[in-house]
Amino acid sequence: MPKMKIDGIEIEVPAGISVLQACEMAGIEIPRFCYHERLSIAGNCRMCLVEQEKAPKPIASCAMPVMEGMVIHTNTPMVKKARNGVMEFLLINHPLDCPICDQGGECDLQDQAMAYGYDRSRFHENKRAVPDKELGPLVKTSMNRCIQCTRCVRFATEVAGIEDLGATGRGEQMEITTYVQRTLTSELSGNIVDLCPVGALTSKPYAFNARPWELRKTQSIDVMDALGSNIRIDTRGREVMRVLPRINEDINEEWIADKTRHAIDGLKRQRLDRPYVRRNGKLQPVDWTEAFDVIATRLKDVAGAKIAAIVGDQCDAEAMLALKDLMAALGSSAVECRQDGAQLDASVRGAYLFNAGIAGIDRADAILLVGANPRWEAPVLNARIRKRYLAGKVRIGLIGEVPMDLTYPVERLGHGPSALDDVAEGRLAFLDALKGAKNPMIILGQGALCRPDGAAVLARTRVLAESVNAVRDDWNGFCVLHTAAARVAALDLGLVTPGGIEGVFAGCEKGDIEVVYLLAADEFDMKRLGKAFVIYQGHHGDAGAHRADVVLPGAAYAEKPGIYANTEGRIQLARRAGFPPGEAREDWAILRALSAVLGKKLPYDSLDQLRQRLVQANPVFAALDRQEAGAWGTFGTPGAMGDAPFRSPIANYYMTCPISRASQTMAACTAVRQAQQQALAAE
Amino acid sequence: MAMITADPQDVPRVESFSFTPENMEKVRALIARYPADRQASAVIGCLDLAQRQAGGWLPRAAMDHVASLLDMAPIRVYEVATFYTMFHLKPRGRYLLQVCTTTPCWLRGSDAVMKTCREVTGVAPGEISADGLFTTVEVECLGACVNAPVIQVNDDFYEDLDEDSTRRLLEALRRGEMPKAGPQIDRQSSAPVGGPTTLTTIPGGAAPRE
Amino acid sequence: MLADEDRIFRNLYGFDDWGLDGARRRGIWDNTAALLAMGPAAIIDEIKKSGLRGRGGAGFPTGLKWSFMPKEVGERPHYLVVNADESEPGTCKDRDIMRHDPHLLIEGCLVAGFAMKAHVAYIYVRGEFYDEAVKLEAAIRQAYDAGLIGRNACGSGWDFDVYVHRGAGAYICGEETALLESLEGKKGMPRLKPPFPAGAGLYGCPSTVNNVESIAVAPTILRRGATWFAGIGRPNNTGTKLFCISGHVNKPCNVEEAMGIPLRELIDKHAGGVRGGWDNLLAVIPGGASVPLIPKSICDDVLMDFDSLRNVQSGLGTAAVIVMDKSTDIIKAIARLAYFYKHESCGQCTPCREGTGWMWRVMERMVVGNARIEEIDVLHDVTKQVEGHTICALGDAAAWPIQGLIRHFRPEMERRINESKTRRMAAE
Repeated sequence: MPKMKIDGIEIEVPAGISVLQACEMAGIEIPRFCYHERLSIAGNCRMCLVEQEKAPKPIASCAMPVMEGMVIHTNTPMVKKARNGVMEFLLINHPLDCPICDQGGECDLQDQAMAYGYDRSRFHENKRAVPDKELGPLVKTSMNRCIQCTRCVRFATEVAGIEDLGATGRGEQMEITTYVQRTLTSELSGNIVDLCPVGALTSKPYAFNARPWELRKTQSIDVMDALGSNIRIDTRGREVMRVLPRINEDINEEWIADKTRHAIDGLKRQRLDRPYVRRNGKLQPVDWTEAFDVIATRLKDVAGAKIAAIVGDQCDAEAMLALKDLMAALGSSAVECRQDGAQLDASVRGAYLFNAGIAGIDRADAILLVGANPRWEAPVLNARIRKRYLAGKVRIGLIGEVPMDLTYPVERLGHGPSALDDVAEGRLAFLDALKGAKNPMIILGQGALCRPDGAAVLARTRVLAESVNAVRDDWNGFCVLHTAAARVAALDLGLVTPGGIEGVFAGCEKGDIEVVYLLAADEFDMKRLGKAFVIYQGHHGDAGAHRADVVLPGAAYAEKPGIYANTEGRIQLARRAGFPPGEAREDWAILRALSAVLGKKLPYDSLDQLRQRLVQANPVFAALDRQEAGAWGTFGTPGAMGDAPFRSPIANYYMTCPISRASQTMAACTAVRQAQQQALAAE
Repeated sequence: MAMITADPQDVPRVESFSFTPENMEKVRALIARYPADRQASAVIGCLDLAQRQAGGWLPRAAMDHVASLLDMAPIRVYEVATFYTMFHLKPRGRYLLQVCTTTPCWLRGSDAVMKTCREVTGVAPGEISADGLFTTVEVECLGACVNAPVIQVNDDFYEDLDEDSTRRLLEALRRGEMPKAGPQIDRQSSAPVGGPTTLTTIPGGAAPRE
Repeated sequence: MLADEDRIFRNLYGFDDWGLDGARRRGIWDNTAALLAMGPAAIIDEIKKSGLRGRGGAGFPTGLKWSFMPKEVGERPHYLVVNADESEPGTCKDRDIMRHDPHLLIEGCLVAGFAMKAHVAYIYVRGEFYDEAVKLEAAIRQAYDAGLIGRNACGSGWDFDVYVHRGAGAYICGEETALLESLEGKKGMPRLKPPFPAGAGLYGCPSTVNNVESIAVAPTILRRGATWFAGIGRPNNTGTKLFCISGHVNKPCNVEEAMGIPLRELIDKHAGGVRGGWDNLLAVIPGGASVPLIPKSICDDVLMDFDSLRNVQSGLGTAAVIVMDKSTDIIKAIARLAYFYKHESCGQCTPCREGTGWMWRVMERMVVGNARIEEIDVLHDVTKQVEGHTICALGDAAAWPIQGLIRHFRPEMERRINESKTRRMAAE
């Protein structure tokens, strides 16, 4: 641990860190533009210059490793002059368009110009003009503002793993560009907007929509995939204006995926803002009382055994529990969460968690992907696998049809169950990689489970994990990658039925089930519900509402407080950022109100009471923000497996839920991606 | 100096490019100079070969071909091609007249050389002359300063020029001749006019060995 | 004057055969194995004792630089990289070595590479030197065929490969870490230091980058001994040096002379004197474009070596002497250099990318006097904001010529501004 002195403060710092980091440890802030904790060091902006005693020139603190006995000054006239000089250089070619710049109010250049800028310009020449670039539907460019820090290039190359962006030309004509006007082919491209320290890269959908000081910021949890990325929802009035990442080292570090960030315009479209009842084949608007009365009338004299419920992929745990309690009160235990038909086993928690934790990827030294396409199912997690790949000494195998580059090299071992057998039985050498690894990891995707032989695949994978010593006291590398944000909490609440979703469908077709309650469940073929009376409670006029006999308008994730369990089983609390539109209400409250009308009043009058009941139902819900591997046991159903290849359930990354399907931004991304694929196919 | 274009849409579209078998041999030899997995080191050499094969400029198809040969991302190749001044992303005349105008050449009359080039070719720097033969560009120091002023015509240096000798050179080129490169006055390479002041006692030092 | 027998570059002008036969007649490749038999440590020691300072411009002691390489080869191979990216305006000496005496360089590569335990040398030749690269490659082929390099080079038991790597037009690649980036197939953007090349250079391996001339003189130093070399020139500024004399002289030329030769003697003896006589001299840029100019008053008696020129706030640089007589528009001469640096800035770091363009544009206005007197001070301030704040030395190199101009020719700059003002007022 080198000892050094910074501005007279003696401090002992870990070896190998930079002077800039040491200064931060000493509580001294160093201005910077190009430096970013999660990117390689460029050292090009020169804003972080500090004085090192005995050095002839100021040093770039971001790039200089600490050394024993170093004496650093950050507040001398030399340092001040150097920073003033750099600031002046950055500003001479930077346009004075702050009043029309979306970065205004949260611009590093603005902020630091306050500290280091002159109050007038000594530059009397013409400013440089740089053509804007077309980077697709998400990122807007205003390249005159670019200060060439290359953070975006480094992010794209290093984190996102797409070598699309570069800096062409040289000298004052250096330009950040894709050169051939290519849309960024990444599901993480929105992050370069956050990284850009100036207004060169801004959010295209958010352009000219709001100023940061007008926005109310709410800490929340993303539901677009099962990672539970930590987000901040910025609202103005009741409108969600934008979503930004919050730092959570264990989950999303400081990235979020493009769908997380940009599906939000879907929150404003195709919303259910009042109850409806189907009359003469058409949904007609009614008030809440009438809607509840219609339900009460229909349910009268229906035996509990003839009622079933299906919960959707983005539901909060509270609403799911309220539904389960209501169904129980009505005499039904048929509440099913696996609307995609995944043969998940809810009997032990270890059977359905990403047990090693997302951060466990950093420690894994052999990774086998089975039926998963992490790039589309969880882009941020995929970036973590890439990070692990860049750190070196890891082998990554893939079983399944994944027709794209995962942004890191994978050993493609085969498409379906036979390849799984080949690995398990040592016919493929990847078994040795797993066996030889200290921390082997098997990531089991829904593409391996959403199929008739899913339970057999699950059992086979469990046995493989055990045989390569992936399941130990200190490490559990058996990792289920979910695609549904609600799924783990639903499994924790036991929302499974013996026959699964197919059992419910069969009951509907045979007439054994007369009434189906859909809690924001839209992801299956509604024809399978036969002639059942369908109650749809949810937020969008999507598949479920179109089929429904009664529609009860609920709240989308941004509009209600809620608890979610992510794919690792980590319990997280999302806060309410706004209110649902029109007469729509929070979901638990709808169920509570309906229960009273049905004469089965649920025993909680507030969300707090419901949350106490949640912890009663399963104590895991008390462990907020923590992640632990689930209990282990025997699960899955050993048996014959078919030969169909494993395919990810996600066919289009940008549209996977009612919100993203309603989003025009996601539609634009879909169109661009399809055009690119066609162009590629044509070549 | 030519502006670097972010998107080369103003150049003719070349649909495809691949190295001739002879050039492919050269590419292999280039790659062999560097350690395994360091084939990117050959990018400048490959782009140079591609440019020669494509007639003095680099269509995007050629850069993409080099990228795939060297297993590089295309953008990394574009970066290189736009960074180094010897790569041209637009077509140019058969003879690229690279007139050095940096101070040592300027002191000895590069303005006159430049003016002569403009007159004889009939077009401004960067443009292709009507006969397709010439493109004049101003370049930075060519490293032949004691033989200033200098024009590099494609690969060859023509030195110690003035207005007349420049005109003679260009007219010869126009006739399809390739005049002898080097000093265009009576002089041995970088030795002083009239003969060396040194090496006179060294056999072969200041005059051809008997 | 240096005696011919003490000259290293005996075919500087190319009267003699550049090939292997000619080289052998000139004593090159004469029992090179015996030089190698000294062993790496003794070779480095001898170079240190000779006082040889790097001939690429910075003047860092060559032997010391070699000694920074790890003593033993670890997991990573060692590399010798020769900087033949000769692009400093005024400089054209390495070109003569490559085209007229390439075997001097190749033998130097073997000796230097052996001393630093490298099995491979890359010679990075600027792209414009096409003919030079072709000659050099032909000479390398001759050396391979004669068993002088390659497997068991010169029978020494040391395997040694030499490759030519051509650049493609970028002054910045003369900066050693930019050169390494370029050699790796990237844009020539200088690296952050540390790490230094001796620790992590080419492909992350221990590497040493030396100028062509520094490498080419090494075998002769070993043959004739450090004492011989150190006996030429002045203390701390030893040996012979190739000078390039360009600009307003009667007979521009390259010449090998002793370090420390008086500037006036160099010009008068070898370059036929200043055009119009010594009294017609205005100023000289004594070490390539990057060093500040010196006015005639200093030229009268300054000596051409590192320390003497440093003492007059200039530098020996590459020993490229650019002579300007009284007809010269000195502001335009420096403005042209400002354009050069703007053109050659890699664009990576802020002060250089933005500052070189700013300085050049102001300089262009200074040429015609379209400025205010105070802007001379702003310009000076801008040079100071660039100097010392950049990743590599190009920023300094861009700043110094302008600082030199202001230091010695401020009255001329003011005169032009005032004259222009008067003209404008008269026109109104």
